Amino acid sequence: MYTVLNSSTDETYHRWDAEAMARCGKRLGVTVEQQSVPASQVMTKALRMASSKSLPDVVQFDASEMPVFAEAGGLVDLRGLGLSTDHVPDGIVDFGSYRGTYYGAARSVNTLALFYNKDVLAEAGVRTPATWDDLREAARELTRGKRYGLALSAGGAEDGVFQFTPFMWSNGGDERELDSPEVVEALDFWKALLKDGSLSRSTVNWTQADVNDQFMAGNAAMMINGPWQVETLNSDPDLNWGIAEIPVPEAGADSVAPLGGAVLTVPRTGDDDRERMAGRIVACLTGEKEQLSYALNSWMVPADERAAAEWRSKVPELDALADQVATARSRTAQLGAGWPAVSLALQSAFQSALTGQSSEAALKRAQQRATSGN
Amino acid sequence: MTTSTVTATPSATAPRKDTAPDPARARLRRRLARWGFVAPAVVFMLLFFGYPLVRNVVMSFQHYTPKTFFTGEAPFNGGDNWSSVFQDALFGKALWHTLVFTACSLLGQFCVGLALAVFFNRRFPLGGVLRSLILLPWLVPMVVSGVVWRRILDQDTGVLNTFLDTLGLGGHTPWLTSPDMALLSVVLVNIWIGIPFNMVILYGGLQEIPRELYEAASLDGASAWRAFRSVTLPMLRPVITVVLVLGFMSTVKILDLILALTDGGPADATQTLGTLTYQNSFVELDFGAGAVVGNVLILISAVFAVFYLRANRTEGK
Repeated sequence: MYTVLNSSTDETYHRWDAEAMARCGKRLGVTVEQQSVPASQVMTKALRMASSKSLPDVVQFDASEMPVFAEAGGLVDLRGLGLSTDHVPDGIVDFGSYRGTYYGAARSVNTLALFYNKDVLAEAGVRTPATWDDLREAARELTRGKRYGLALSAGGAEDGVFQFTPFMWSNGGDERELDSPEVVEALDFWKALLKDGSLSRSTVNWTQADVNDQFMAGNAAMMINGPWQVETLNSDPDLNWGIAEIPVPEAGADSVAPLGGAVLTVPRTGDDDRERMAGRIVACLTGEKEQLSYALNSWMVPADERAAAEWRSKVPELDALADQVATARSRTAQLGAGWPAVSLALQSAFQSALTGQSSEAALKRAQQRATSGN
Repeated sequence: MTTSTVTATPSATAPRKDTAPDPARARLRRRLARWGFVAPAVVFMLLFFGYPLVRNVVMSFQHYTPKTFFTGEAPFNGGDNWSSVFQDALFGKALWHTLVFTACSLLGQFCVGLALAVFFNRRFPLGGVLRSLILLPWLVPMVVSGVVWRRILDQDTGVLNTFLDTLGLGGHTPWLTSPDMALLSVVLVNIWIGIPFNMVILYGGLQEIPRELYEAASLDGASAWRAFRSVTLPMLRPVITVVLVLGFMSTVKILDLILALTDGGPADATQTLGTLTYQNSFVELDFGAGAVVGNVLILISAVFAVFYLRANRTEGK
């Protein structure tokens, strides 16, 4: 029997995964079972299992956590197990790689986009914003009474950092230099939205799920969010929503959003035969057909090019998302296992700036904190 | 029952005959028996309190990273973890927040709890029903309280601000979203959670105070306030010590409530030692640094425990 450790604790995801594993198990002639723990516990659980030599055969990590486990020497090179990356775009290969070695195969990826309420925008005669100036203007016009123009998450967790990255990166900023003018400008843009009254002051206390609630309740005309909310959004038939790429600083610039999602990895158990079979299980689960069914279920974009093309024809309303994925960037590509420290420093910085401090001072301190390791 | 006493009698007398000539052996046997009774507790304490405690202290002097879980190697790095934690500005902040949070929470919980206990100490219709209703916050899991309060305190859509707004009392208070307010809000929620515990224990203590004392006091012409100060408070002292010590222990290590309410934010305004050790160990995966903060937390509790034991000893005399 082979075990997969994942974070599919939701009933739907657990069921989809169970079905996929049953299909792959049948094809390979083995039994595949899943063990699901909350997403925030996968890493600590896997580390504990490593120290008691009871690692599962496959672990599904959030891609931003994978480098930590890889750096500790806990993962097997998937190419060595025969997995091919021929049809996976470079960005997504990088997403599953650490220091050039391909450790994690993604089934699907997600990213952030601008969701908007079509009815509200039409009523106000506002076009979908494409640049920061457009966004600021549109958000100001759409703010009426209890309704804010835009909702986003600047909460004190990875959610907030995930949401800040498209603004930082599209402006040419980089996580290795948090106090650069480009990052300061991006944070100043958030501050301007808040100062205009287009963003709620509660932004600093919202997770991405809260942002979605606000949007669905009509408290926000637009929001920054990801495709995993689509299922919830569709549960309200009266909500007429649309999706666009996240606005860029100036017309013509590339919109660079963060890649999100999980990767399947094979932990180093020392048993070559089991590792080889684990590799075949990962290959099957990330195969074109399985990717497509998983992506259609979860509203995320398939990692495989061929599957992605077919997915686009099946869900044309999420076209903007597929485009955004094509240019999206992995959070850990530059920093690898150093990401968590920078992420914590960055959270503190944008929360300070949004609650009164100057962006420059907040980011300067964040950079010091990130480099000193404190 | 009877059979066991019958069979037990000869066997109980037999060794007594044996040991009668040898008092030293009897003493040894008695001592062994005493240790035998204590042993399970000692083993339990060593295994589940002693070992983790020692392990945590050792870990705080080690370079303990994710790699350690694979190699089992965690090289000693002297006081590196300690000095880096103490140099971190966040540590000082978290320590201060923890002290403010604990002191204000205890004060608030205790005063309201005592007032309610005194109030319910008088018999009146529906008193029992009301008293049990006040226990509700205690029954709700901490995380549920946290999530619900986060909604109540939301700046724009929260019930509290909406309520204040309809009363014309502003209604734009940034409860959890301003670094200046967040710690206060978290304290207020924690006071709400702690009131039932304080009330129940203090109420129990009040019930123990003999009524005659109050009668005597009133015969002496003592006012209600005087009776409270000179009868209730002194008689309640042992109970008060217990309430405050237990309250301290559960408040100083606060984690779940803060994670649910603010996640330590905004801008680290509600970061406490509890959230800091969590963040060090399980977000940054720097287990050495996490152990340092954990040890500081244990040390604070230990100092308090010494005071508590000393207070109890004088009480005994």
